[in-house]
Amino acid sequence: MGNLWKNIVDNLGFARLVIIGFLIVLVFGAAYFEIPLGPLLSAALVRTGMNGIFVLAMLPTINSGIGPNFGLPLGILCGLVGSLLSIELDMRGMPAILFAAAVSIPLATVVGAAYGWLLNKVKGSEMMVSTYVGFSIVSLMNIGWIIMPFTSPEMRWPIGRGLRVTIALEERFASVLDELLAFDVAGVVVPTGLLLTFFLMCLLMWFFIRSKTGMAMRAVGDSKQFAVASGLNVDGYRLLGTIMSTVLGAVGIVVFSQSFAFIQLYEAPMTMGFPAAAAILIGGATVKRANILNVILGAFLFQSLLVVSLPVANKIITVGGVAEIARIIVSNGIILYALTQVGRGD
Amino acid sequence: MQGYRLKVALHLYGDKQGGYAVAQDNYVLEMQNIGKVYAGNRVLKDVNLQLKAGEIHAVLGENGAGKSTFMNILFGMSVIHSTGGFEGKIVIDGKDVSITSPYDAMNLGIGMVHQEFMLIPGFTITENIKVNREITRPNIASRLFGPKLESLDMDAMNRDARKALDTVGLNIEEWTKIAGMPVGLMQFVEIAREIDKANMKIIVFDEPTAVLTESEADTLLKAMQAIARSGIAILFITHRLDEVMTIADNITVLRDGELVRTLPKTETNTFQLAELMVGRKVEKIVQASENKVKEGIALSVRGLKVLMPGEEVQKVDLDVFEGEIIGIGGLGGQGKLGIANGIMGLYLAAGQVSVFGKPLQLNDTKAAYQAGLAFVSEDRRGVGLLLDSSIEMNIAFTAMQMRNRFLYRFGPFSHLAYGKIRRHAMEKIKELDIRCTGPMQLTRRLSGGNQQKVCIARALALDPKILFVSEPTRGIDVGAKKIVLEELVRLNRELGMTIVMTSSELAELRSICHRIAIVCHGAVEGVLSPDDNDVDFGLMMAGNYHKLRGKEVV
Repeated sequence: MGNLWKNIVDNLGFARLVIIGFLIVLVFGAAYFEIPLGPLLSAALVRTGMNGIFVLAMLPTINSGIGPNFGLPLGILCGLVGSLLSIELDMRGMPAILFAAAVSIPLATVVGAAYGWLLNKVKGSEMMVSTYVGFSIVSLMNIGWIIMPFTSPEMRWPIGRGLRVTIALEERFASVLDELLAFDVAGVVVPTGLLLTFFLMCLLMWFFIRSKTGMAMRAVGDSKQFAVASGLNVDGYRLLGTIMSTVLGAVGIVVFSQSFAFIQLYEAPMTMGFPAAAAILIGGATVKRANILNVILGAFLFQSLLVVSLPVANKIITVGGVAEIARIIVSNGIILYALTQVGRGD
Repeated sequence: MQGYRLKVALHLYGDKQGGYAVAQDNYVLEMQNIGKVYAGNRVLKDVNLQLKAGEIHAVLGENGAGKSTFMNILFGMSVIHSTGGFEGKIVIDGKDVSITSPYDAMNLGIGMVHQEFMLIPGFTITENIKVNREITRPNIASRLFGPKLESLDMDAMNRDARKALDTVGLNIEEWTKIAGMPVGLMQFVEIAREIDKANMKIIVFDEPTAVLTESEADTLLKAMQAIARSGIAILFITHRLDEVMTIADNITVLRDGELVRTLPKTETNTFQLAELMVGRKVEKIVQASENKVKEGIALSVRGLKVLMPGEEVQKVDLDVFEGEIIGIGGLGGQGKLGIANGIMGLYLAAGQVSVFGKPLQLNDTKAAYQAGLAFVSEDRRGVGLLLDSSIEMNIAFTAMQMRNRFLYRFGPFSHLAYGKIRRHAMEKIKELDIRCTGPMQLTRRLSGGNQQKVCIARALALDPKILFVSEPTRGIDVGAKKIVLEELVRLNRELGMTIVMTSSELAELRSICHRIAIVCHGAVEGVLSPDDNDVDFGLMMAGNYHKLRGKEVV
């Protein structure tokens, strides 16, 4: 028994057990308050799928030694531009999603390369710099959203200039992936298409990590000196890691938006990097090492916690309007906890 | 409640008894029947040690013999007490003591010179020596608000620091900052700090010469003798036999956690100690290989300059013949390490280097690998290993990146061939006798010698024509040393590999090399045969050879 417990702790890590324990308590709480568990699990699955790619975007930067990519908004903005273009060209359904991704990937490659170049200049303080690069670009794009020459009335303010804060996708590509091949098991709706998209990305990343280039990137992240002595171009691999992360951010927001059914502009992308970074840390990664399992486990745990904790909190504290406050406390609380675990992965 | 009282009473009684019992001997420190079990693994058993004032007592043993655990017990390290404490008792000045934290140890007058330096870079030597033990005098503020605000008496502190520095034989101004100081000197500052403490009775030196050059090590040994003369007892943990024979009064040999023998130096010699330590007969490590050196020039170096901090190369000209083992020796800081690092492109280099007649692009590590060179770095943990990766990945990594070995290729895509990596690692583990739990073990958890074997295996996976090996035996135990040197000789003999071996240990260069180049002031002072006499080697190292002998070298 003692050994079994030790094995579990060794394999999962203490922090993971705390989070899983907390989640179990919440699930019992939900059952106690007679909150139906089926819809909760459905929601958790959808949220895992829609946020999973953001979490996956943390992997290349962590592996190449940059740390969690707090500058994820850069990629997200590229993805948003792609999505807006698909609406501007009056596209709908699956073609709209594919078009948005196809446009935003080359865009994100260029932006990621510039961002990677910057990160290579500030080795050692990437986390702080990337956070503020994200903030700055989001603010810059606040101007961009106003002056960009989009004409579709769905996106523009009815009067005045510029794009709306939220743009409904109901008529465009909302839930296209969620509903693809979706099925219902005992009251739980499984968003098959969405999860398959997420897992496909994970699989591609899994193959990449096991390639010559992926291995080299991990070595660069592990020990710069070792990588140099093995004849590797350290800056090149860091650049590649940043580009991959930015591209995943772009693809991630397209998938996220279709689940969310809205495109959110202006301030919304500002803090999207934090939950993703927190999720991968909760999944067992450190700022220096991460793997696919950390991504999947982390995305699921983080989102499940959010999904289950809110209705439970609302039942416990019945004062009106507490939901939003509880959401902020819980999500920032998890982020804080995850950040305290940084570097404790061993 | 009753039971608790009884325990307390027994404890007091026990204490008193201990106090009376040992009064007859005047040992500063006695450690009696020390034993330690880690999670069911016995690492120490029944070890006894007695230390008199002014004695230098060497604790000798291979890596893993239990030396560190023994010292951790003496220092009350938490790693001991969080794993169930230890067996046996520690007696200081005839009194039983309980040491449950390093703080206790310090209060009892036990000092330690660490392997990693515990110094504040931005502080001067005096400040480092006196930190938290400052000499102060009162002023107005301190009279009003308490002694925390007293002024520092820099003069008195400088005088104390000077005295301590003189004792260890360090001729450097006490107001020099630590930052930028060579590692060798930092070690002496550490020691000066320990002996400056007023109640210091015992100082433990944990492999103090591991990071020092030969001349620094000599100075250190002299300093240790001076300290011992002042009445402080010294515990000297090491695996260098010559040092033990130079300065120790008594020697305790540990092997596999057990006390093998304690004996005075006068009754023993290097060979016996080596035998006791390793537990098997040690012959002269490796005989110089007999095969005839081929004619061709494998590596030609002209006017090489390398900007390697601390090991700068000014102008090196050197020819390496095909199929030979050439040694590069010399004192620390003279530039011998810079040669290999420069040719491999790890530090900025200039000059002409050609490999088998073809000019080599300098400052390009990839080009060096493609020209058939490979390098085992002197900085094993920093440059040589991915500490958080497995043994098999470490071995395969460079060959995978530079030679596309261990890969399945599909056009532009590739996938690691885990099967091949595993089989290759298993072969090498067997061949080089890498002691590990398996190819999946992280290299961080290996001992120094086994880490070195992994580094060598990694270089060999590249099938190099010329292999650079720097400080291959630094900080590794006798057993592993022998395996490493024998492997180099085997590679040379059986595969005809040309080997350039850089080492601070002249003896080991002389035991396996065909020729030895001695580097001084960033240039090759001369090339000697291993059988040349000690005087020539000594003169070359000091850079006086040409002046005194007035003849050209071979």
